[in-house]
Amino acid sequence: MLKSILSGDFPRSRILSIMLVLTFIGLAVAPFMLSGARPLNTAATICIFIVLVASYDLLLGYTGIVSFAHTMFYGIGAYGVGLALDAMGPSWWAVFTGLASALALALVLALMIGLFSLRVRAIFYAMITLAVASAFAILASQLSDFTGGEDGKTFKVPEILSPGFKLIEAEIFGRSIDGKLLTYYLVFTACLLLFLFMLRVVNSPFGRVLQAIRENDFRAEALGYRTVVYRTLANCLAALIAALAGALMALWLRYVGPKTFLSFEVMTDILLIVVIGGMGTLYGAVVGAALFIFAQNYLQSLMAEASEALAGVPILAQAVHPDRWMLWLGILFVLSVYFFPTGIVGKLRNRK
Amino acid sequence: MSELLLELSGVHTHIGQYHILQGVDLAVPKGGLTVLLGRNGAGKTTTLRTIMGLWQASAGSVRFEGRDIAAVKTPDIAQAGIAYVPESMAIFSDLTVRENLYLAARQGEMDEKRLDWIFGFFPALKKFWNYPAGNLSGGQKQMVAIARAIVEPRKLILIDEPTKGLAPAIIQGMIAAFKELKATDTTILLVEQNFNFVRSLGDTVAVMDDGRVVHAGTMAELSEDRDLQQKLLGLSMDAHQ
Repeated sequence: MLKSILSGDFPRSRILSIMLVLTFIGLAVAPFMLSGARPLNTAATICIFIVLVASYDLLLGYTGIVSFAHTMFYGIGAYGVGLALDAMGPSWWAVFTGLASALALALVLALMIGLFSLRVRAIFYAMITLAVASAFAILASQLSDFTGGEDGKTFKVPEILSPGFKLIEAEIFGRSIDGKLLTYYLVFTACLLLFLFMLRVVNSPFGRVLQAIRENDFRAEALGYRTVVYRTLANCLAALIAALAGALMALWLRYVGPKTFLSFEVMTDILLIVVIGGMGTLYGAVVGAALFIFAQNYLQSLMAEASEALAGVPILAQAVHPDRWMLWLGILFVLSVYFFPTGIVGKLRNRK
Repeated sequence: MSELLLELSGVHTHIGQYHILQGVDLAVPKGGLTVLLGRNGAGKTTTLRTIMGLWQASAGSVRFEGRDIAAVKTPDIAQAGIAYVPESMAIFSDLTVRENLYLAARQGEMDEKRLDWIFGFFPALKKFWNYPAGNLSGGQKQMVAIARAIVEPRKLILIDEPTKGLAPAIIQGMIAAFKELKATDTTILLVEQNFNFVRSLGDTVAVMDDGRVVHAGTMAELSEDRDLQQKLLGLSMDAHQ
């Protein structure tokens, strides 16, 4: 049963298994264990970033494609749903119309980028994706009447997903069953299914061909595989999943804006998470996203407490001042890359 | 003369500014083992890569079953029934032995009888079936590379220096494997520098020098003519005994 669910791709490390189980349980019960908007927002962001990063790993880790356009597809999904809900009103019809339009656009763009540029060398492909993604981000900012420009747009979601909606009056485990909770479980379930789907893909014959291409594309061609076709398919698949992740994030935030969905910062976050978690291991996306998003959300608070506790110590109190949280996050990344060159999952799997 | 499966006529190949193949003429009869000999840099590997479409021929024709494949893409050449075993143990090291072989099984499944036949002369593959191929020894990796080429019946197998860097005991296993392959009437074009290894295997032989085939004939003829060996290969059989 478990073998079938995980497509035969077990964590292959006891510590990793424990980390994955804890993450799964933590995310599954987060709304009932944590109070307040921030923890739930962190949990939802982790869920969505697991999918977003895993979809990027399909490209980078499994196929060896360096793309900077992943946030563009993420943004397309978000803007598709957001703008449709804004224009058509808060209905499921608007959600599906926006999602279908976004997926179609993501597919066409991924196909075009793939067919035009995956024949060229990796560095040129990376540059082309960077150019296309930058152009798209600028376009989203410039078309302010349509997209809300730099400010973005807030919109209403279908009633069942709105915070004011109550499914039942009674509370369960001290938590009211409202629209926010339902949205969280929609995000959680969709992300879980998308992750398991990706596990299936990478463990299918198609996934093996992608890995063969990553390792040596000439050898893969000599076995009869058209590498451009496989790379393009991987590009399209990753783009569609990123668009779905974007749509889920838009539903969760009830907002779309260029900084949240299209900025280069999001792209660097994705790259860092892939590297920290471990390339070519979808489980790396889970571990990496959980640690990264948690650090991003709570490192500042932890440092504030540490700074208070060290108030009497002159240099240390300044060093751990919450304003310097980015510095410490950077140091943590450098250390993690230094100590885990194959990522956390790679390191755990190679432990003797 | 038996029917030709592959015929190269006046093939020129440039790699960047270098003119590597300078008019290669080569005939590979159907059902036999043709050996391509020559010193380092003679153009043997480039010939195989040109046949496979990994380097495009700038002039000349490469006819496979009568059809010119000089401008055909590599995947289509592979689909036409040509398998290629590159030198340097060219396996996919992150994949298991099973997955390496599975990649070459284009029907999506492997024939159990054929696998047992392969395990007969490469028993190590059965033992390490679910191990990452990258963890195997050099000889075992070469076995994976050859097994991948024969996991399905092919019309022609191009093999580039399979014994390079291998221990004598493994080379003996390799000879047994090629004899098995020959018995199935598979056509093989084998690039090799180890004359002693190929003299008992080859039916026909071609010797390359400076990007051209400078001699073509039967292996029996070359094996018996020490003067010819000395002239073409700069060696005598005694040196390889």
